[in-house]
Amino acid sequence: MNRTFSPLILAALLIFLIGPFLIIVAASLSAGDTLTFPPQGLSLRWIAKVFTVESFRDSFIMSMILAVGGTFLALLLGVPAAYALSRYKLPFGEVVNTIVTLPIIVPGIIVGLALLRYVVVPFSFSIGIALFLAHTALVLPYTVRVVSSSFNNLRSDMEEAAVLLGATRLGAFFKVVLPNIQSGILAAFILGFVTSFNQVPVSLFLSGPGVRTLPIDMLSYMETTYDPSVAALSALLALMSIGIVFLAERFLGFSRYV
Amino acid sequence: MSDRAFLSLENLTLSYGNSIAVNKFNLDIRKGELVAFLGPSGCGKTTTMRSIAGLLNPTSGRITLDGTDITRVSANKRNVGLVFQSYALFPHLTVYENVAFGLRLKRMADADINARVTAGIKSVGLAALSGRKPAELSGGQQQRVALARSMVMEPKVLLLDEPLSNLDARLRVEMRAELQRVQKETGITMIFVTHDQAEALSLADRIVVMRNGLIEQVGTPEEIYNNPVSAFVADFVGFENVFALKDGKLATPGGAVALSEALPGNAAGFAWRPAGVVLDTGPFQGKVKSVSFTGNLREYLLDTPLGPITAEVSAALPVHDLGTELAFDLPLKAAAPLQRFA
Repeated sequence: MNRTFSPLILAALLIFLIGPFLIIVAASLSAGDTLTFPPQGLSLRWIAKVFTVESFRDSFIMSMILAVGGTFLALLLGVPAAYALSRYKLPFGEVVNTIVTLPIIVPGIIVGLALLRYVVVPFSFSIGIALFLAHTALVLPYTVRVVSSSFNNLRSDMEEAAVLLGATRLGAFFKVVLPNIQSGILAAFILGFVTSFNQVPVSLFLSGPGVRTLPIDMLSYMETTYDPSVAALSALLALMSIGIVFLAERFLGFSRYV
Repeated sequence: MSDRAFLSLENLTLSYGNSIAVNKFNLDIRKGELVAFLGPSGCGKTTTMRSIAGLLNPTSGRITLDGTDITRVSANKRNVGLVFQSYALFPHLTVYENVAFGLRLKRMADADINARVTAGIKSVGLAALSGRKPAELSGGQQQRVALARSMVMEPKVLLLDEPLSNLDARLRVEMRAELQRVQKETGITMIFVTHDQAEALSLADRIVVMRNGLIEQVGTPEEIYNNPVSAFVADFVGFENVFALKDGKLATPGGAVALSEALPGNAAGFAWRPAGVVLDTGPFQGKVKSVSFTGNLREYLLDTPLGPITAEVSAALPVHDLGTELAFDLPLKAAAPLQRFA
């Protein structure tokens, strides 16, 4: 690569990646009444306003419940699945692996439509349950992937050593395996949390009256009100995500797992 | 008592699908014996060892330990210890907690655990390091921890997978002495698996040479070293010049060759160590293809009508250049007769 050329490409790439975020942050600090860039004057009033909108508070709580609860359930399902896939030669192991990965590849809008049409409507799930299950399904691939790589890095003879010292298979898992994949599980949790929290298309199909996730609520807020508070909320959410990933990288070496 | 079998394997067979890893293995091991399973990779030695530990279920056959049939007893109830080749220490626990792991599972009183763990760590010379994590130890130290972790459980049999192969030359000598000391002090029955004949010869009371899932020969190190029964064992313990016997003559790539002495007809073949080949005199001729100096000895590889011949002579003798035609002899008194050639 040409020496003068590559910094230019790097700069362009960074502007492309970070630019939109900077524009949103700038727009959220506007003193004006509409969402514009460049901002008209500077103020923090739109950031303050975010915390006073009741529907934002409700949908934020909903999103938190989905992200934490859904990821937790996905881990409960994903950790044993990842264990089985990495430890045993299963007859359809590759197929299972592919199926588990599908929600990453298939567009969310299709997953959402399919879940609505063929799961939620026929079984008449409540909106809350439907959203919860959908988020679990979306996060599951990430947990299986990330935790699998932890299992693959852990030699299986450690479990055998524990068994020969008198442990049961289950005991060996909890006493020897689990303590050594803790950071992988935490990494999977963070990745799942962020994925679930930022998820739009699936939630769009499954949200209903009174039950909305935060991104959906922001969309519908913008349909009626075009003020900078949405930009302010976006900036806050982005900062939250950055903060989480920063802490994860700092303490876990997050990028090793993703 | 001492010659009654303590651990016995009867018709032990293990197969994976269509391939048989261990085929009708029969062996009796006495209490306190140190036995080596010797063979190349894939010979079934590790499979046999893992089935004694209970990590693999035999397809058929029986394993009896101290008078009890343990064939179907699960691995965590057999009281058989195993020191893994990779040591398999628990990375999240300190040396002390690694060694205490099995005792804690037994729900022993803390004072008893402390006494046994402390003594165990001290006996392998790691008292000063008991608070360290495995990652902070050298390979040799990790192996000692693995040994102590198994020994504090006072197992009836201790299995060791390639115990010396991951260590450098100096540590190897140390560990060998360590294992012999442990065995002498505790009188424990030990079985170790190795592909290294020197390791088996120097450490074991008895060696089981395995090949393709079958026992090739069982004997003391002296028996295996001096009287290999087959071409395979002969080759494995350093007889580099091995010939089949046909109608009283050696079968060689250059045709049947008679020796100066009459060969006993009841042998299937004969084998000579490089040191058994006589150089500079004799009825055969060979051309020097390579020479290597090994300290006390000089090793010659000769290109001969009998095929390649390896000979070893004192390094004090004058060196022969490459391409030199040399006379050599294969004296019968230095030959090991083989019962089987295949």
